[in-house]
Amino acid sequence: MPAGTLYRGREGMWSWVAHRVTGVLIFFFLFVHVLDTALVRVSPEAYDEVVATYKTPIIALMEYGLSAAVLFHALNGLRIIAVDFWSKGPRYQKQMLWSAVGLWLVLMLGAIYPMLGHAARELFGS
Amino acid sequence: MSTTEKTASGIGPVEGASVYNVDNPAPYIEAPRKRTKKTPKATRGNFEMAAWLFMRLSGVVLVVLVIGHLLIQLVLDGGVSKIGFAFVAGRWASPFWQVWDLLMLWLAMLHGANGLRTVINDYAERANTRLWLKGLLYTATVFTILLGTLVIFTFDPNIR
Repeated sequence: MPAGTLYRGREGMWSWVAHRVTGVLIFFFLFVHVLDTALVRVSPEAYDEVVATYKTPIIALMEYGLSAAVLFHALNGLRIIAVDFWSKGPRYQKQMLWSAVGLWLVLMLGAIYPMLGHAARELFGS
Repeated sequence: MSTTEKTASGIGPVEGASVYNVDNPAPYIEAPRKRTKKTPKATRGNFEMAAWLFMRLSGVVLVVLVIGHLLIQLVLDGGVSKIGFAFVAGRWASPFWQVWDLLMLWLAMLHGANGLRTVINDYAERANTRLWLKGLLYTATVFTILLGTLVIFTFDPNIR
């Protein structure tokens, strides 16, 4: 094992890693998303054709994953702001992370039916 | 000559006599990094601090803009299945949603570009690699912001 891989930080380090990974992921999607939306300047047909692929079950699952990444990045970002600007932020950083993860889990569970219901009906019939 | 004899500077006879005495004091040495009249006001500018602050300010605004966007587009009222040219035309008929999307585009692109700039600075070790990656990043960012802005401002619901 090469040197420098022994450090295994706890909540602080792993939330930093997750924040980075989700951030890069969202940014790359953003390029694609501006390009696909730009098709409204080409023709309604071109736009609707591309958006039709977004309604397929596999892409719907990827949209769910993207939303999960965005929601985590948003909640953990608010935690980072609290750590930086709230005087007691650093002391409660762990509790804030687990609160963010808990809230993230509840909201993502609640989003399963509205986001994936359509794909499920298409796959398994209504 | 006694071996315990010392000069005023504390240097013994082995090291030799001190060059300095009351009439010929040692030169004054400035403390390291002391701010003097010759020091520039700021050596590197405050860009990194401004970028750090921008990430937090834009972040708070983006939480509202992006989560609202996701709720409307992907969660409420049938989710993604309702989206099409007609849906976009209906939303961009209102200046409120035009401003919403324009603000979201600019803030998200700049927030993401600055984030990726940090990632490049962290992981690209060679100066040339950093230069090229950041050149590519800034080019793609400017292009995407301008394209998105153009689309929002020139959108024509009666294109066909």
